[in-house]
Amino acid sequence: MLRVAVRKRLSTFELDVDFELPTPGVAALFGPSGCGKTSTINAIAGLLEPDTGRIELDGEVLLDRVRGVSLPSEQRRIGYVFQDVRLFPHLSVAGNLRYALKRAPPTHFVSLADVIALLELESLLERRTHHLSGGERQRVAIARALLSQPRLLLLDEPLASLDRERREEVLPYLESLRDRLAVPMVYVSHQFDEVLRLATHVVLMQAGRALAEGSIGTISLDRRLRTLIGPDAVGAVIDGSVIGNDPSGLTRVAVGRGELKLAAAPWAPGAPVRVQLLARDVILATRPAEQLSVRNQLAGTVSAIEPDDAYSDLVSIEVGGATILSRVTKAATRELGLVPGLSAWALIKSASLHGRSYQRAACLNA
Amino acid sequence: MNAAAWLRLSPSEQDALLLSLRVASRSVLASLPFALATGWLLARRRFAGRILLDALVQLPLVLPPVAVGYGLLVLFGARGPLGAWLDRVLHAHLAFTTNGAALATAAMTFPLFVRIIRVSMEQLDPGLADVARTLGAGALDRFLTLTLPLVIPGVLAGMVTAFSAALGEFGAVITFVGNIPGITRTLPLALYTMLQAPGGEHAAARLATLSILLGLAGLLLSEWLARRLWHMLGRGTPA
Repeated sequence: MLRVAVRKRLSTFELDVDFELPTPGVAALFGPSGCGKTSTINAIAGLLEPDTGRIELDGEVLLDRVRGVSLPSEQRRIGYVFQDVRLFPHLSVAGNLRYALKRAPPTHFVSLADVIALLELESLLERRTHHLSGGERQRVAIARALLSQPRLLLLDEPLASLDRERREEVLPYLESLRDRLAVPMVYVSHQFDEVLRLATHVVLMQAGRALAEGSIGTISLDRRLRTLIGPDAVGAVIDGSVIGNDPSGLTRVAVGRGELKLAAAPWAPGAPVRVQLLARDVILATRPAEQLSVRNQLAGTVSAIEPDDAYSDLVSIEVGGATILSRVTKAATRELGLVPGLSAWALIKSASLHGRSYQRAACLNA
Repeated sequence: MNAAAWLRLSPSEQDALLLSLRVASRSVLASLPFALATGWLLARRRFAGRILLDALVQLPLVLPPVAVGYGLLVLFGARGPLGAWLDRVLHAHLAFTTNGAALATAAMTFPLFVRIIRVSMEQLDPGLADVARTLGAGALDRFLTLTLPLVIPGVLAGMVTAFSAALGEFGAVITFVGNIPGITRTLPLALYTMLQAPGGEHAAARLATLSILLGLAGLLLSEWLARRLWHMLGRGTPA
């Protein structure tokens, strides 16, 4: 468990956050630029001294202003991947990695060979750092942080300085990091697609405050997310598991007590999969529909109807252990007579559903 | 007369060359700690009077060297406030001595020396220290493994440039310590003396050639060191 409750008056705003994150796991601090995400992780790392507050990691107090405790950064054993990479320019790639390894505590949870294999750095080891591409530099920075054998890894928008293509090049490494190592991570981002791919837990931040926190499934239903990601990106995020492929080639995924069919994917039965059902892609019916091309029909109950904008409503439907969101026009709400408690069927095209394999680290299941 | 014979230095010219090297070495070594401290202050600290300090350090660049020499004479002459104090406390004299020549030289080359050190310190990314901290490096560790290796090429380049400039210092030296053979008659002073003497043209040309070669070697070495620094800092090659 990482408990953070700090206040700090900064030049442009006041940081005042209070949240708890489960460890291990990947938590995302998500919010617009300049909302205090970086200041928050700087405080966790010990690079920013809060005016008041307390930070505790797995039972150890890192900071307690009341008791005058403030462990220096170099003793916190918290790895940090900076947005602007910051490789040591006078050392080779291998030199940068050794710098971290030399100062790590004697018990290692990850070896030099593991990290080199995980981030595919073998061919880069003897290179000077300024001859690396942006994506390669960030991989070296991640490897360096891991080799310090941190109890917690902080990543400050590690993909923000990369173009679209390079981001796609580095993201899979972060995913395999999450799946293969047990190190807890706090991932700062203002890109919701990154959060969707990496995080188990989300803290929504705005103007120096932590607005909401919870699992990504819970946060995906939070109204306040809409202003941060825009109406078109709103939609329930559901973690399910693969049942198998049906004869037509679609992949069947168990979500709650129901089942979704996704475009065919090469996942083994039982594999965890994360699906995002965009509210704009979910059609509502008040009776089972027939003779439709839609492959997914989930029976459920309307649990809430909230106005979304001047012309549409956002309808929540409970579908047996999961909640999904649907955006419908106000006219449709009226004509279908949608009210909480009404039975409804949610229709989703398989072609508009994209699952992501989501392999949890072994110890997360334990 | 072949070139080798023409370039052979007379004993008095050799004295001037050796004296120049001695004066320049003392000047650079004595001013190094002050140049480091001033370069660091100007590069890394924000304090009241920083602009004034910057202006004072650069003053010798815009003053006539003779004025600098005269100022030193007023301060460090036998009856000057600092000169009298040095005489009383340390029984040391600077006016009309080799050490005095080194002081005058140091005053004149200080702006250049500080500028090169300051630029190399300004290029240091303070964010690197934060990385080192999160990797577990304490303050001394960070200084030895990060700051020092990144700053040393710049400091060496500053020393070489200051040394080269020191070899050529004329106005402040002749004003403060005179033109005494073997004591204060450095290479440029010897060159000047030869130009004043009838029949000294050959010797003057020889000393001028020597000055050019020394200066060129110093600048090339300093440029090489600067390029090494740039390379290390990952900024490619300077234009």
